Amino acid sequence: MAAAMPLALLVLLLLGPGGWSQAEPPRDTLREELVITPLPSGDVAATFQFRTRWDSELQRERASHYRLFPKALGQLIAKYSLRELHLSFTQGFWRTRYWGSPFLQAPSDTDHYFLRYAVLPREVVCTENLTPWKKLLPCSSKAGLSVLLKADRLFHTSYHSQAVHIRPICRNARCTRVSWELRQTLSVVFDAFVTGQGKKEWSLFRMFSRTLTEPCPLASESRVYVDITSYNQNNEPLEVSPPPTTTYQDVILGSRKTYAVYDLLDTALINSSRSLNLQLKWKRPPESEAPPVPFLHAQRYVSGYGLQKGELSTLLYNTHPYRAFPVLLLDTVPWYLRLYVHTLTITSKGKENKPSYIHYQPAQDRLQPHLLEMLIQLPASSVTKVSIQFERALLKWTEYTPDPNHGFYVSPSVLSALVPSVVAGTPVDWEESPLFSTLFPVSDGSSYFVRLYTEPLLVSLPTPDFSMPYNVICLTCTVVAVCYGSFYNLLTRTFHIEEPSTGGLAKRLANLIRRVRGVPPL
Amino acid sequence: MGLLSDPVRRRALARLVLRLNAPLWALPVAWLERTMRSVGLEVYTQSFSRKLPFPDETHERYLVSGTNVYGILRGPRAASTESLVLTVPCSSDSTNSQAVGLLLALAAHFRGQIYWAKDIIFLVTDHDLLGTEAWLEAYHDVNVTGIQSSPLQGRAGAIQAAVALELSSDVITSLDVTVEGLNGQLPNLDLLNLFQTFCQKGGLLCTLQGKLQPQDWTSLDGPLQSLQTLLLMVLRQASGRPHGPHGLFLRYRVEALTLRGINSFRQYKYDLVAVGKALEGMFRKLNHLLERLHQSFFFYLLPALSRFVSIGLYMPAAGFLLLVLGLKALELWMRLHEAGAGPDEARGVPGPSLAAPPVQGVGLTSLVAPLLISQAMGLALYVLPVLGQHVAAQHFPVAEAEAVVLTLLAIYAAGLALPHNTHRVVSTQAPDRGWMALKLVALVYLALQLGCIALTNFSLGFLLAATMVPAAALAEPHGPRPLYAALLVLTSPAATLLGSLFLWRELQEVPLSLAEGWQLFLAALAQGVLEHYSYGALLFPLLALGLYPCWLLFWNVLFWK
Repeated sequence: MAAAMPLALLVLLLLGPGGWSQAEPPRDTLREELVITPLPSGDVAATFQFRTRWDSELQRERASHYRLFPKALGQLIAKYSLRELHLSFTQGFWRTRYWGSPFLQAPSDTDHYFLRYAVLPREVVCTENLTPWKKLLPCSSKAGLSVLLKADRLFHTSYHSQAVHIRPICRNARCTRVSWELRQTLSVVFDAFVTGQGKKEWSLFRMFSRTLTEPCPLASESRVYVDITSYNQNNEPLEVSPPPTTTYQDVILGSRKTYAVYDLLDTALINSSRSLNLQLKWKRPPESEAPPVPFLHAQRYVSGYGLQKGELSTLLYNTHPYRAFPVLLLDTVPWYLRLYVHTLTITSKGKENKPSYIHYQPAQDRLQPHLLEMLIQLPASSVTKVSIQFERALLKWTEYTPDPNHGFYVSPSVLSALVPSVVAGTPVDWEESPLFSTLFPVSDGSSYFVRLYTEPLLVSLPTPDFSMPYNVICLTCTVVAVCYGSFYNLLTRTFHIEEPSTGGLAKRLANLIRRVRGVPPL
Repeated sequence: MGLLSDPVRRRALARLVLRLNAPLWALPVAWLERTMRSVGLEVYTQSFSRKLPFPDETHERYLVSGTNVYGILRGPRAASTESLVLTVPCSSDSTNSQAVGLLLALAAHFRGQIYWAKDIIFLVTDHDLLGTEAWLEAYHDVNVTGIQSSPLQGRAGAIQAAVALELSSDVITSLDVTVEGLNGQLPNLDLLNLFQTFCQKGGLLCTLQGKLQPQDWTSLDGPLQSLQTLLLMVLRQASGRPHGPHGLFLRYRVEALTLRGINSFRQYKYDLVAVGKALEGMFRKLNHLLERLHQSFFFYLLPALSRFVSIGLYMPAAGFLLLVLGLKALELWMRLHEAGAGPDEARGVPGPSLAAPPVQGVGLTSLVAPLLISQAMGLALYVLPVLGQHVAAQHFPVAEAEAVVLTLLAIYAAGLALPHNTHRVVSTQAPDRGWMALKLVALVYLALQLGCIALTNFSLGFLLAATMVPAAALAEPHGPRPLYAALLVLTSPAATLLGSLFLWRELQEVPLSLAEGWQLFLAALAQGVLEHYSYGALLFPLLALGLYPCWLLFWNVLFWK
């Protein structure tokens, strides 16, 4: 049942020398946050973030007492001198074109020098991945926002992604001392047609079949944000109840957004009704607005037919009306697709587009995949096609998976880009602003960073008929049993003519007489 | 009648009708887009245009341009790596709106379910098969037939299976299933079994080749009926046409079949709910597949829905037929050796085809001329009709389509005059050995071709072998020559086609008169050429470039002097 579920499991590991500092009584804080974003398609995305910050030099001093920070992860950091860890489990695929740019993306401050990167597109995600993830939370799923994390609702969605991000953050401007930050994130997209029975009215209860009752007592901050930005002149396409006490405005993903804020620590909010069931209602049906297409989205597919050759094509869409921007495309292709690098073509608007940087690391059979990385300038309002031909290799018969006719997965390519923003953003204050706004570090205000993953691909390889060895074994056994057995028997048996026994006394006597008579004996 | 007896006027009228027909009917693209979007699909369109090599008079089209509409239901449990296709072809002459309605209803129902692990593509194609071909080529980003189409905006990974639906009337009494695809390719037998299971489950009346399933296997009727079904399947597979939109999917290794709802005025009628239930069942089963369909047979013949003849059973028949050619060739080879004087001629000659000249005088040179001329004739048959259609249409009072067919027939018949032409070239010193060597080459050539055809498209190979082999084995310049000539003409590829058409209609219990048969024959020729150019069907080049020259060689042998 679960076998058809695909997954993108992504591990980003940064290994390197540990930090250093002098001792100080460790201090830890927990902030939790839920952002509800109505998507242009009428679906609703919910993004949970639980952030634990621990002012402790884990790798210098042997911490023995853990309070909010999970001990399992703390020991991992201390023992392996981990610099950063990003691990995500995903079911489904973020449809950038219809849902806009993804809210949660891998962080931008990665150093590729120490990078270990792996993707397992074949693995499946299910509730048994969610349970240990929930156990890392200080309040588990007893109180606070985490009561909403009910597995059977979270997995009946069109997108589900849970992740753990660990990284050190600087405690002062010169970065002489670091703290450890653990961000546990979970984002889901609820389908308007399946969960909402076609109605585009949402409430916490309809989405999660739970309501919020009390904040987590260990949390220093516990908030729910609802995106109430209007896309055109008519104000407030959404009606939110209960009415928010405060709103928050910021520049997120290059455009100005307005959020309704609900603070669970505000006792008036919970006490008035014993539970908080946020409700969203569209004033007009959302399809009347043209869904704003994000400036960057991509599509990837295998072209050609037959089992000998094929072509990997990636289409990169820049829908910005007048600004060009560069994109870093990272492709890892398994070795059994033998890439022909001379066939690599990049075309934009019918003309060849020369990448300003290409790094290619050829594959080694059974050891390492192809790694292709290039920096491409995408012209304004254009589609850029990156295609490369490949040949399907024949595997050894033991190297096939148990279901070889399913096909073999090619992991998604990664796009990193600085997309021009509509509104200039301002650098955020990391500790004071909401957690989700710190996901998008703004460097110069005119552009924002986006990382996208394309869809994984399924490629069929030439597959032998695996029933043939069985047939051959059956046939061989028969041949051995019938022919070889009898032949061997014939060849090794010694034949000798049985002399009739010399007979009894009478015969001897007769022979004696015969010899006397000169007649040959009997 | 008086107006149309003038060929020039008739041609002008035909053109007018062709031009008028184009804008009269169009797919309601905007409405389809809106409706599909309202049920929650991702909707895309694809426009395409194609100029056929000559006007298609059966479907009344020449310059074709249309728009395909498709909506993708994104499976919530997957990252768009695999997909299933439900396709409904629409064209001006067939009213398939019932099927479009069913497709939309199914889309709305499927959208509310949570169990989809594969994306489902709901495809409505314009200009029936041309639209399907354009969409498939764009989906796989290849250009096989030179169709011009806009690139696709949305894709959904590797297509695992496809079902095409055609409902010719709003009242359905039975569902007919078609499996024969382009160039005789067949889908995996498991797909057919799946369909049959759901037919039985839903109590639907299912037919194969328009024939009911025989119930009574004990009397003679059951086997006779299944023999008819089997023969119909052989004829259909041999034609190499895509008998429905599913036929085009098979090239891309997408298992596919076409379901046709038929109103045969029986008592029991099914509403669309029954058909929809069967389709839903099939899609749910296909959705659960972990691997592509591969367990069952890809090569089979169907005497009934629940019975099949496997490749292991039918292949020996073709093998024995080809053995006749082999034995005959061996006999000729030995006779040539006996005729050849010295023992030194018997020294190793590499292959049987090069083995012809063991005798001095009748070297390879005497074979070059007939071989070259017959191959050139085949090439002319392949190239000239389409190339010279405008010239022919200018100089003779015929339309382009007629010009193509008539040029085909003219070149074909001109080939019969070939022996008289070749004899001027060939100097026959040893006449007996000459024809023997030529026949030996021709026999081996024929055996090789038929063997290859039987491996890829068994029905075609078997049909050609059954007709051509006796005449080819008998043909020689001695004995009752007129009888041999008549036999050879009757078993030439064109005559086989004509005969097959009569047999086909006879089996369908709609017998043809001679005139009708001739008209159908002309139409079939035009269709064969068109399908080669528009879908890549291989029957026309195979006959023109392979079998016709080979047959000419035997004709040459018969008239050897």
